[in-house]
This record gives sequence, structure tokens and C-alpha cells, in this order.
Amino acid sequence: MSSPAILRHPEDSMPAIAEAGPVPAATPPATPPSFGTLALRWYRLNQGRLRATAIGIISLLAFLLVWHLLTSYRVVFFVRFTNVPSPLAVYASFTKAIHDPKFLMHIVLSCRRIFIGFSLAAIVGVPLGLIMGRFKLVHEIIFPVAEVLRPIPAIAWVPMAIMLWPTNEQSIVFITFLGSFFPILVNTLHGMSLVDPVLVRAAQCLGARERSIFREVYFPASLPHIFTGLTIGMGVAWVSLIAAEMISGQYGIGYFTWEAYSLVQYADIALGMIAIGVLGLGSSLLIRGAGHLVMPWRSTR
Amino acid sequence: MSESLASEPKGHIEVSNFSLSYDSIEGPVQAVTDTQIHVKPGEFVSIVGPSGCGKSTLLNAVAGFLKPTTGISTVDGERVSGPSAERGMVFQQYSLFPWKTVRENVEFGLKMRGMPRSQRERAARTLLGLAGLEAFEKHYPEKLSGGMKQRVGIVRALATGPKVLLLDEPFGALDAQTRVIMQQILTNMWQRLKISVLFVTHDIDEAIFLSDRVYCMTARPGSIKAEIPIPLERPRQQAMMMSSEFLALRRGLMSLIREESLKAMGGEINDMGMQGLNIELHGHSLADVI
Repeated sequence: MSSPAILRHPEDSMPAIAEAGPVPAATPPATPPSFGTLALRWYRLNQGRLRATAIGIISLLAFLLVWHLLTSYRVVFFVRFTNVPSPLAVYASFTKAIHDPKFLMHIVLSCRRIFIGFSLAAIVGVPLGLIMGRFKLVHEIIFPVAEVLRPIPAIAWVPMAIMLWPTNEQSIVFITFLGSFFPILVNTLHGMSLVDPVLVRAAQCLGARERSIFREVYFPASLPHIFTGLTIGMGVAWVSLIAAEMISGQYGIGYFTWEAYSLVQYADIALGMIAIGVLGLGSSLLIRGAGHLVMPWRSTR
Repeated sequence: MSESLASEPKGHIEVSNFSLSYDSIEGPVQAVTDTQIHVKPGEFVSIVGPSGCGKSTLLNAVAGFLKPTTGISTVDGERVSGPSAERGMVFQQYSLFPWKTVRENVEFGLKMRGMPRSQRERAARTLLGLAGLEAFEKHYPEKLSGGMKQRVGIVRALATGPKVLLLDEPFGALDAQTRVIMQQILTNMWQRLKISVLFVTHDIDEAIFLSDRVYCMTARPGSIKAEIPIPLERPRQQAMMMSSEFLALRRGLMSLIREESLKAMGGEINDMGMQGLNIELHGHSLADVI
């Protein structure tokens, strides 16, 4: 029971409060370190990340090389590479495509659909999840319906969407919306269910009322899960969009890819695929960046 | 003790005829029964007892988080009907908002009260200075040590100028050295602010060292077993913990609690544990042997 500290300082009088505060560690050295030392230190600190980057680049180059070899030798080994375009052919069609306003329009239209569909899903899904997490009755009413609709893949909605919406454009956006809506809703709900009740109590005995608790505790506490939902939702939004464009579109990068197959422009198939991959990657990076901005307490980890 | 009554301290806590029971499938479970406690304005009172005796339950009822089954608790004559900024609370798990910096955490209560930003920033800085934390005002809680977190927790609870401060095993998660320092910080702040403190702990030394009075609770269903005044003079120093006066108090409280702890786990020890361990009691009571 009696702690070692007590035994060691029997005459110790009450220390001033300030003394209890830890002293800031590591005082700066007298002379500023040279550029060489700094560079070396930076290298040591970032060694792991540099290594990962280097290996990543090598692995991408190896992928391109294997692709090149498989296609230039037209390998047939279970899978047939006879008609698969080579990386160089794809690069050639890429240089042509970036000067083609039609190709750029496909990309712009797809991005616009993603933007509208995904934004609507976030605008509806996040608040709905927050409210469902806070008010039991709303949860009890909406949750069963959501659970029945959730497992239906967005692609299965295509015929229904065409019937529901007057224009093709609207039905494609609707399908994109549906694809991202459920992951966003479910993850927001999950985040709400994990909010530490002690934090709510702490806020209450600091004088916070329902509204402030919602804004100052429930919402920020759920943010990490909301962003998980947004990231997953963005991925599913692209999956749904491409499927919808391939089936019912006249424009868009999914339509471009499918059209290339119909027109026997094989290089464009790969170009469309890579464009989809790059756009998907870019949009999830955007969300991750937004997450860091909105949750500074997590990015300092 | 006498100097704390010098100016006009507030925060008279009165809990009377208090009992609290939970519903379970086997019927109501009595957690706390027939309890009266009071804390005079400016007094430092601790509640000790074996684990699960309902001391935290009692504290949570004073805070307004739990409704008593019977009885009422009042602060300065006003009935407690829900949590309020008049009763500051410090939790064992620190419960700082991880998304707020140290200063924003301290500002929270003032913000809820509608104090303008610049004013509450100044107030928070002053308070953090008192706790030796001004250098950390922009840090997020995750970066702080346990002792620093709890200092922020105490400062945050005090920022709104509550009448009473309720602490639920606030130093339970800290190492022994840090705990001693925290006890002195708490004493300093209490003496400076002259508010009433109700402190729940299972650490007997801590209870004696800090308090004017200690309530000892029985095993579940909890009720007050004894009320022990601590006549040690203030300011108290760590050297006091070796004094015969302190040790006598400690011995007394220790035996009270041991009795209750054994009662709480007695069944298991008597029936199975003793047989398994093959301990010879030689006519002594279990309490003497352990």
C-alpha cells in the first residue's frame, strides 16, 4: 500500500503544482546540425517508407514488363493473350485519346455521375445513420427496410431504375447513389453504436444538452467510422456506375470500355480499364485526404 | 480543515434514505440500501468499500446519472434530478474528448455555458497554468501520460466553477508515484477553491491522506458501515503516512474493509477454496489467517 515514493522522500513537502508538470524532453543542441546529418537522419526516420515506395515502383515496372512479354509473344497457356493489347499499344491509344474531346467527355461525365450520386448518398446516409443511432424509434422503423434492400446489388436495380426515372442519366446516378448509400449508412450506424457512454456522461456533467452532445460528442466520435463508410461507399459507387454505364449508358468511361469491345478496338478496352482504376484510386485518395483534414487528432498518430 | 471554512464555501451534499435496485430476470437486485451521507460545504469526504459494494453507484446518483429507487439527494437544498455543471465529475477512465485539444477539453463546460471564445480561452489557459499544463494546451489527449490526462480531467471539471467535485476512483489507473503527486495536486486545488469533494476510492491510504471524513461501505447490498473522521492536521505531508496516528486510522479502516471483502467473496473461499488449498484454520477465523 505504501508506495516506494513515500519511503524515498520522507521529508518531502507538498510540491508546487508546476513542479509536477513534466519538463519538455530533449533540449535543442547548441549548434544547428549540418545538412548531411539532417539528410542522414531524415533517411533513417523514413527508411521504411522509402523502401516501400522503391519496391512499389519496381513491382509496377515488373507488371508492365510481364504484360509486355506475354502480349508480344502472344502466349497461349490456358489464357489467351493473342488479342490482348500490349502496353505500348495502350500507351499509343492513350496519347491519341487525351487529345480526343469525346474521350475526355466520357471521363467528365462519369466523374459527374460519381460526384452527384456519391454526394447524395453521403448527404442522406450520414445524417440518417446519426439519427438512427440516436433515436431508437427511427432505428426500429428504418432498419428492417434497409436490411432487406441492402443485399440487392446495385446492378440488379438497373431495370427498376430505368422504369423509375425519366432519363437514363438519372437512373445511372440513382444506381451510383444506391451503391454507395448502404455502406455509408451502415458504417455511420456502427460508429454511433460504439460511442463511449462515459464521454456522453462527461459532456452532460459539463452542462451539455441533447443538441450539443450530438454535435460535440456523437458526431466527432463517429467520424472515423463515417469515413470508413465513405471510403467503402466510393468503391462501390464506381462498381455500380461502371455496371450501369455498360448496360444502359451512351456516355461514360464504362460505356467507352464496352463500346471499344464492340468496335474491336482492343487497346481502348485496356485504356478504359486503366482509366477506371486511376479514377477510383484518385477518388479514394481524395476521401482519405478529407479524413485527415476533418480528423486532425487521428492523423498525428 | 478549519481554514477551508474561512470564506464562504458552497456545496452541501445531503443523501438521505437512499436505496437503489436494478431489475434483473431473477427480480430486483439491491445495489445500495438505506444509506445516508452528507458532505458539509468545503469538506473533503471519501467513500471506501470492497469492490462491487455500490460506492460508484452512490456517486453516480449524486451526479444525477442514476435515479434512486427510494430517497433523495440534494445539493444546497436543491434536489438532484439529472446531471448538471454544478456537480463536476472526474472519471477513472479520464474520459477526455479525443477530438479536442487539451485546451478545448477544458473550455468545453464554458462553451456549453455560452461564454465567448476569447474569454473562455483565457480562462482555460489560466487553469491549465495552475495544473502545470500550459505547454500542452494544443496537444490531443492521446499524446499525454495518464497523470497528465487526469490533471486535464480535474481542471476540466473545475473550469465551470462547480459547487461540488465528484471523483470516481480518479487515480485508480495511475502508478504509485504519479498517484501521490496527483493527490497533492488535488489537495492544493481543493484548498484553493474551497469546494466540497466526494471521492470514491478503494485505496485506504489515499482516502485517509486526502479526507476530512471517510465513509466505509458494506459489501453488496451496500450501506454505510462506519463513518470515520480523520483528525490529521492540514496541510498534510507524505511523512504523515508513517505517523502512528495515520497508521492507527489505517489499521482500523483496513479491518473494517477486510471484513466486508471477505463477506463479499466468503462463500467461495469457505466452501471450495479452503478445501482446495488445504489451509488449516486451527480454530482461527478466516480474517486472522489471511
